[in-house]
Amino acid sequence: MLKVKTPKCGRVKRELEKRAPKLVETGKKTLILQGTKTSNVLNTVLSEIYHLKRDNAIRYTRKNDSIRPFESGGETSLEFFSMKTDCSIFVYGSTSKKRPDNLVIGRTYDHHIYDLIEVGVENFKRMNSFTYDKKLAPQAGSKPFIVFSGEAFESVDELKHLKEVLLELLRGEVVDNLNLAGLGRVYVCTAISSNRVFLTHCAMRLKKSGTIVPRIELVEIGPSMDFVVRRHRLPNESLKKEAMKTAKDKLHKKIKNVSKDALQGKLGKIYVPDQKIGEMALPNKAKGVKRERREAKMKNSNDERSSKKQKEDS
Amino acid sequence: METQNEYQVDLGNLMAFDPFHHFTSIPSSREELVAKCLSNGTELVQAVVSGVFNLPSTEDIEGPLVKLPPPTTKLPREKPLPKPKPPTKWEQFAKAKGIRNRKKDKVVWDEQTGTWKRRYGFDRVNDDADVPIIEAKMTDEPGVDPFAKRVAEKKERVQKNQKNQLQNLKTAAKAGALPSHVQLAATALPITGTQAAKKKFTKDELGNVAGLASTATASGGKFDKKLRGEKPVKNQGKHRKFLPVVEGSGIGSQEKEQTDRVLSKLISSNSHEILNVDKAVTMYNVNKERKRRNQYGKPSSTRNEQGKSSSTPSKLKPNNKPMKAKSLPHKGKGSFSKKGKGSFSKKGKA
Repeated sequence: MLKVKTPKCGRVKRELEKRAPKLVETGKKTLILQGTKTSNVLNTVLSEIYHLKRDNAIRYTRKNDSIRPFESGGETSLEFFSMKTDCSIFVYGSTSKKRPDNLVIGRTYDHHIYDLIEVGVENFKRMNSFTYDKKLAPQAGSKPFIVFSGEAFESVDELKHLKEVLLELLRGEVVDNLNLAGLGRVYVCTAISSNRVFLTHCAMRLKKSGTIVPRIELVEIGPSMDFVVRRHRLPNESLKKEAMKTAKDKLHKKIKNVSKDALQGKLGKIYVPDQKIGEMALPNKAKGVKRERREAKMKNSNDERSSKKQKEDS
Repeated sequence: METQNEYQVDLGNLMAFDPFHHFTSIPSSREELVAKCLSNGTELVQAVVSGVFNLPSTEDIEGPLVKLPPPTTKLPREKPLPKPKPPTKWEQFAKAKGIRNRKKDKVVWDEQTGTWKRRYGFDRVNDDADVPIIEAKMTDEPGVDPFAKRVAEKKERVQKNQKNQLQNLKTAAKAGALPSHVQLAATALPITGTQAAKKKFTKDELGNVAGLASTATASGGKFDKKLRGEKPVKNQGKHRKFLPVVEGSGIGSQEKEQTDRVLSKLISSNSHEILNVDKAVTMYNVNKERKRRNQYGKPSSTRNEQGKSSSTPSKLKPNNKPMKAKSLPHKGKGSFSKKGKGSFSKKGKA
């Protein structure tokens, strides 16, 4: 026998509904956690990433000895945490002799690991070490600009992957309306070599330029660090195809009689119905077609007919 | 993604990408590198900012608001797309019959009390509980409480509806479209048809199982703590024991002894069969014949031709000649030799 189990209170029900799959997704939460051993640098990196993503992240500070994202069986507790916290991006820090200051950034799809990329952190400079005018300090939770430069981001597989993951991690909330007064921070990612990426966080100074578009100046506010790409795992093709589905794809309806051409642009077909000339309204009515006269004529003819009939009868 | 002076700009994500930038020579000092990266970054940000500030904006108290286009960079979903909910039994029926939902007022005029009352819920219109007297009818059976009957009927209707609800939820669960706050939990195994009575274990069977369990340790239960009043294990299974293979004194020699014992037993029991007389005799015969054939191979054929007229088979004549020593084997295998003669003679005649 089956029993229907429903939440006892409304708060739980609302929470469950928040977690249910949606047609249009609102945003991904980030889970920040660490392994058994972390270095001082890594601790700061993790806490500063958490600080930057404070509105949409969860920080776990306990040691986790059973998490090894790249090994089979080592992802079980990670997937459990993802389920528990409803996070679908995770940042996992650990340090070892073989891989010092290791950061694994990954995404999950349906609470199963989707893809992974492992980077080493080098040349880290924390936020406190930067000195700048505090007026420039960006507001927490404001939407950041993200800038990638370097051909390696397109030519090298690992960096292409890293670019996508970093964009997802740093981009913040997807919004419809943007307040231009709230803009103030930029993440700058530059590919230095085929496996090294320089990432820094800057504040933006808007200066008058005489036009609507202000002139921009960047002031580094930190943290800044180098990422050295180590291992990475791409999603398998079928999973990727499934994960890339959007609500729009599904609702896409075929539009009749409209075709698109590269040269001519948008083309439409028009079908002209038969012209019914007999029913057409005339622009100027001639005397003969006027209604009263027509009716009078009809009347007269009817009278004649009746008179004739009478004649036949008699 | 629109390309603005060789940059890829995604306004929805406020993202810009310069796919052509590369360092001609990586600067040696860190400051220089950072400065270069920042100057390049500034250009890119400028490209995005010009895109954003050129969008049509509306004034707000807190600043100008801009409507951003949706992001163009395709990123994977977090969870699979929700599946469409299958229609319930009622919805199917209503569709087939063309029944459409009508909006009903939440409050209804109650004629009994002359007030507006809720259609459903507490203090509702036409509530059975509000009727204090039920008029007796001719068809009423005596001894039946009409109030209790009404309550029971209501209970039955509710139960029926719950059953239907569960069925609809089950079909939804099958399609993977169960509402997010509903869980279907198994309470017990479904009871379907007649069930065989539970088999009772006999005392013997229990004893056997207990014995198996108590010896299912690495030491075969040797070092386990015995409970008070625990009986020794019945029907203990056999444990195979192997003696040491390497020879030595004491236990080492036991292996040799064991094999010796087996061998001597075998030999003593089959001692009378060791010499198979029949087999030995036939072997002796065959060998002898072969030897003779080698000796008289050619002369025998000539003799055959000569003795064709005689009644005795010609082929066997040479065989008969050196028979003096063969008296003993003849006795044993007489029948065999005669048969052979017969068959050969027929051939000769033909």
